Amino acid sequence: MSKQTIITVSREFGSGGHEIAEKIASDLGLKFYDRGMLDEIAHEMNVKVEVLEKYDEKPKNIMLSRKVGKYSSSMEEILAEMQFDFIRKKAEEGESFVIVGRCSESVLRNMQGLISIFVNGNKECKIERVMKKYTLSRPEAVRKMERHDYKRKKYHNRHSDHKWGDSRYYDICINSSPLGVPGTLRVLENYIQERIK
Amino acid sequence: MTAAQILAVTIFIVMFVLIVLDKIERHYVTLGCGVLTIVVVFGIIMKDTKAIIETLNFKSIATLGFWYSAGSAEESTAGINWATIIFIAGMMIMVEGMAKAGFFRWLCMLLAKLVHYKTVPLFVAFMIMSAGLAMFIDSITVILFLVAVTIELAKLLKFNPVPMILSEIFCANLGGSATMCGDPPNIIIGTSLGYSFGDFITNTGVMAGISLVLIIIYFYLIFHKELRSQNGETVDLSSMPTPREAIVSKKDFAISSVIFACAVVMLVTHEYSGLTVAFIGTFIAAVTLLTSGKFAWQLLKKVDYQTLLFFIGLFMVVGGLEQTSILEMIAGFIGKISGDNLYLMVAIIIWLSAVASALVDNIPFAATMVPVIKSLAAAQGVDLSVLTWALSMGTDIGGSATPIGASANVVGISVAAKNGHIIGWGKYCKAAVPATIIVILVSMLFIFARYC
Repeated sequence: MSKQTIITVSREFGSGGHEIAEKIASDLGLKFYDRGMLDEIAHEMNVKVEVLEKYDEKPKNIMLSRKVGKYSSSMEEILAEMQFDFIRKKAEEGESFVIVGRCSESVLRNMQGLISIFVNGNKECKIERVMKKYTLSRPEAVRKMERHDYKRKKYHNRHSDHKWGDSRYYDICINSSPLGVPGTLRVLENYIQERIK
Repeated sequence: MTAAQILAVTIFIVMFVLIVLDKIERHYVTLGCGVLTIVVVFGIIMKDTKAIIETLNFKSIATLGFWYSAGSAEESTAGINWATIIFIAGMMIMVEGMAKAGFFRWLCMLLAKLVHYKTVPLFVAFMIMSAGLAMFIDSITVILFLVAVTIELAKLLKFNPVPMILSEIFCANLGGSATMCGDPPNIIIGTSLGYSFGDFITNTGVMAGISLVLIIIYFYLIFHKELRSQNGETVDLSSMPTPREAIVSKKDFAISSVIFACAVVMLVTHEYSGLTVAFIGTFIAAVTLLTSGKFAWQLLKKVDYQTLLFFIGLFMVVGGLEQTSILEMIAGFIGKISGDNLYLMVAIIIWLSAVASALVDNIPFAATMVPVIKSLAAAQGVDLSVLTWALSMGTDIGGSATPIGASANVVGISVAAKNGHIIGWGKYCKAAVPATIIVILVSMLFIFARYC
């Protein structure tokens, strides 16, 4: 791939967005960033990655944190800013990559070669997927899904000037349920090929 | 309660909630609520032009007493405390000039060199320096530089910087309580109630001094093992950064040092010279800008205008509570509970201020409480200064108890976290809450013994 391509994938929990993003990266031979970027950040900071993981993609606790100018006492916010800096740095260095979540479509909005995707899904399909993937009962899967989506939405809306999943701010929004993960992947890869021609 | 009172209280509560929620920049919140107070409470409901004029308080700037008050400190003001705004703006410009020249880093490195880079003496020296600098410079700047240097030295000397950071934050707040210009609540209290630098240093300064000795002992006792545990490795001291390396420009360094010295002298002597803090702030800002040449514009751009606007809006909202007599009602309530018992009154003010400041920003709290203690002193016939020192120590020190109580805490925690030293609520409070209780207790007993 000669020119820089950055593909951001935002997703509802259980929609298969993460799996789709990972496959796009491997099919196109691009570097893939997700929670794994915490390893690099943790290494740079000389802390255990487990310490950072508990603050990843989570909204801050408004009662227990405060902001003074650009300084925040919330570890969730500090980590989010570190991840945004990490993403910006990679993009500015000219790297092509696929990234999942972390408000990346918003952080990298003005970058050339940005393709932003939002993957959602029908509730029933997502529940079944979560039940199967994590071996959970239906009520447990519903709770897990709602909890994650609530946190993702809060996190995104806190750090971005547009709402999570608002189609006006993504290049393509797709429901993964009708075609399943393989079908959705094909559609998205065709779209990406058209874009990077 | 009248409609104006209900609305003034509602605006105040909404402002506090919005500040806590942090969805909208806090200066927009206070300014928005301030404008609402002026337009709706004073303009539409009360139809009181006098209240608007008093709260906006522009005419105070045009009076001679605002700039020069021979023989006495400036008198009390209602509404927007322009002296506070102008002084803080002036200090911001001076501090930017000092930082640009490398003054703070130089001071930190000099002290580290003087104690031969030994961890425990460094720990004590940085606590004293934190308190000393915070007496004259805003605690955010002090902590910003001190924490950065602490982390740098910790890497080189291979010790855990967290105990040192926690102690520095606490001491910055403690140092700020010692003087009129050390902490925003003190600037508000001092300029609103007409107290001078000398009044603060001989009252809260003494309390802060005694407390500092106790706090150094306390932090040493709880942290000495942690500081020494990683001290086994030998470190090549010749590889340490020298104080000279910190100086960006010798000329700027000399100029900023002289300006800082002038500011300290002017502040210490202002009750004799008659120069008000508004004058001092304007003077040091003007001198800093004049001597900065082409960098003057850069310094002006770095001023934290958001904080200044936050203060302006805050004073307008508190003015709403003042003009509608809400604060008198609160004062009456405290007076009723304490009866004629001055001990109880002092205890309520100092502990109430400490607990409130630990949980919410101490600046709005102090701005609200100033008119309250003024009414309380007048209604109960007690010496206003006694209540003032209780309020000052309560708000300044109470803010140290939690990570969100004071601005220095937030900045210190944030800088530490960005460098891989995460300080959670548990770790912070375990060290800071007992320290806060010690200082508040010492201050309360001091006030009882000296004034009651």
